[in-house]
Amino acid sequence: MPGGLLGIEPLDRAEMEAILDRAKHFQRQQVEGRKSDQLRGRLLVNLFFESSTRTRTSFEIAAKRLGADAISITASGSSVDKGESLVDTLNTLGAMRPDAIVMRHAASGAPHFLARYLPTPIINAGDGTHEHPTQALLDARTILDRRATLEGLCVAIIGDIAHSRVARSNMYLLSKFGARIVLCGPASLLPVQLANITPGVTLTHDIREAIRDADVIMMLRVQLERQHEAAFSASEYFRFYGLRLEHLELAKPDVMVMHPGPINRGREISSEVADSQRSVILNQVENGIAVRMAVLERILSN
Amino acid sequence: MRKLIIRNGRVIDPANGLDKVADVLIEEDKIAALGEKLQVSGAERFDASGLVVAPGFIDMHAHLREPGFEHAETIESGSRAAAAGGFTTICCMPNTSPVNDNATVTSYIVDRAARHAIVNVLPIGAITKGSAGEELSAIGSMKQAGIVAISDDGRPVMNARVMRRAMETARSFRLPVIDHCEDLHLSAGGDMHEGIESVRLGLRGIPAASEDVMVARDILLAELTGARFHVAHISSRFSVDMVAFAKARGIAVTCEATPHHFTLADADMPPYDSNYKMKPPLRSACDTGAVTQGIVSGTVDAIATDHAPHAGSEKMQEFEKCPFGIIGFETALALALEQLVHPGKISLPRMLELFTIGPARVLNLASGRLSPGAPADVTILNPDRPWTYDVNKSASKSRNSPFHGRNFRGGPVATIVRGRIVWKVET
Repeated sequence: MPGGLLGIEPLDRAEMEAILDRAKHFQRQQVEGRKSDQLRGRLLVNLFFESSTRTRTSFEIAAKRLGADAISITASGSSVDKGESLVDTLNTLGAMRPDAIVMRHAASGAPHFLARYLPTPIINAGDGTHEHPTQALLDARTILDRRATLEGLCVAIIGDIAHSRVARSNMYLLSKFGARIVLCGPASLLPVQLANITPGVTLTHDIREAIRDADVIMMLRVQLERQHEAAFSASEYFRFYGLRLEHLELAKPDVMVMHPGPINRGREISSEVADSQRSVILNQVENGIAVRMAVLERILSN
Repeated sequence: MRKLIIRNGRVIDPANGLDKVADVLIEEDKIAALGEKLQVSGAERFDASGLVVAPGFIDMHAHLREPGFEHAETIESGSRAAAAGGFTTICCMPNTSPVNDNATVTSYIVDRAARHAIVNVLPIGAITKGSAGEELSAIGSMKQAGIVAISDDGRPVMNARVMRRAMETARSFRLPVIDHCEDLHLSAGGDMHEGIESVRLGLRGIPAASEDVMVARDILLAELTGARFHVAHISSRFSVDMVAFAKARGIAVTCEATPHHFTLADADMPPYDSNYKMKPPLRSACDTGAVTQGIVSGTVDAIATDHAPHAGSEKMQEFEKCPFGIIGFETALALALEQLVHPGKISLPRMLELFTIGPARVLNLASGRLSPGAPADVTILNPDRPWTYDVNKSASKSRNSPFHGRNFRGGPVATIVRGRIVWKVET
């Protein structure tokens, strides 16, 4: 990963396997609560132009666990409020010589645009409706903690696929590992072209069909700000695309239910499912730190 | 009397069906004679041996940004870039500040052009006041002040009733109505063509249907009103088919294609490169092929650049924040040669028709031909000269071109406007 991590699409399977293996190593370090100093003296800047709790905190903890210094900046209260352009903001931060910049931005491609002008490696922590690579890696780590391989698994991704960076990154990753992917949502949130961006993808508008025989169910957050584009009211949406306990009977008995968070109980997922034995939502959060440690190690170790 | 003789070039004048080696004599600002081995004394001489001599190119769709956005382009800088592209006449869209929606602004542009432009500049007036789509602008007065067409380019008239009245008014004043066909409700928020590429990149899509529904509407309104309707920068396959259909029905419809729409498709864009962002967007390869086929079949009447300069800082932003548009004067001829003539899709005379008499007919201009008595606007080109486009040397004030660094075969050699050589290629 020379120069950072912009997305899953450009990565090959071997690179991802290396990160996932290292993440497994860091899981143990996490459990033991140990801190290492292998990235001592390295400086990480977290630059969040969009609100985030788990991703930002997760990157901060990951950096600190490895002994690196991490500072976080949010757009509100920064020079961005004063009308500074993105390039100028990043150049300013770049002049302070961080070893990498973790960046979340509401515009698709914002980190790709900056990577053309900035020598500092950029780690994409979510760009608009494009990619969220560390989320896909931590999802893969979470599945692999419970299954020997991703190959041949049936993964249902359900919700607002059109606007989901989590869905895109997961599609690229799962496809490269040979999983079967079923995308499900209302037609207004499920453009037909999605079936062609990577191999092994099928589409359905029926949640029952999507879940049948699934090994993994990934629910996506209903983005309230996009609700008008769904052409569905909240209650209508939950009726047709919300995950409820009765759905789980259609899936494999040991199905895992995932969600990138933050969850909206009663909107896309019922409370009973979110808190059920099948839910691995908190494991995902935990794995976020280990996976991000592996990513930071790869990018910041020389 | 000022005389200029262009000796021994291959003279191609599509308007008169002419293609032969000959001399062209210019006296003052008019074409005086055309023939072999003309006997002339006291004339400035231009040796065009091995070169093609054509009527001056007409670009019926450009943005010169003056008044209001002089940081991106001026009438002078735009005219210099146009001359370097072989254009002798350029038509400027009314989306300036203030909008060219009245005779005062039209006169200002005409006056600035007379003082500072090195090519002919013909303004296009706004259809509605402020291009707000509601109240018709002072179309007749603008015609008297010098406009050659009306258009709300970039901010298309959404109300069909307003468009109907505009067409009726345009018909009364014998002006064509040029529409940037885009249903703004369907395209709202979009940044690139809606297709697999927009889905992959997570960018909001502009469906081809947003163009098609407006082309269909305007064809029906042209039929209803008898107005002459011209489709700006046609980019989708259905739209090309509909224009062909309308023409076959005898409806007064014409259309133009830009070099970028017959050269590039959405998949050609390097990820999030704003120099590939324009409206209509680069569409699928299938649409690009349909535009090319429309040129081959005769459905397309003109090649126009939609030259749209933007300052560097405006294009150096998040993709979704960047304005739409690219510059195009200096690469238009080379792209037409590269995409259409060199691969054998159309002949050189047919290509020249699209740059000359084609747009002249749409706009009812006296130029675009080498007939004796016609304005002495001449473009001299070398269809095989190798060169590389360096946007940093552009005469335009802006640098937003996706063709920087492209190697070309063929381009303009000299540009003659009203009998004067205004630009010559550096050798």
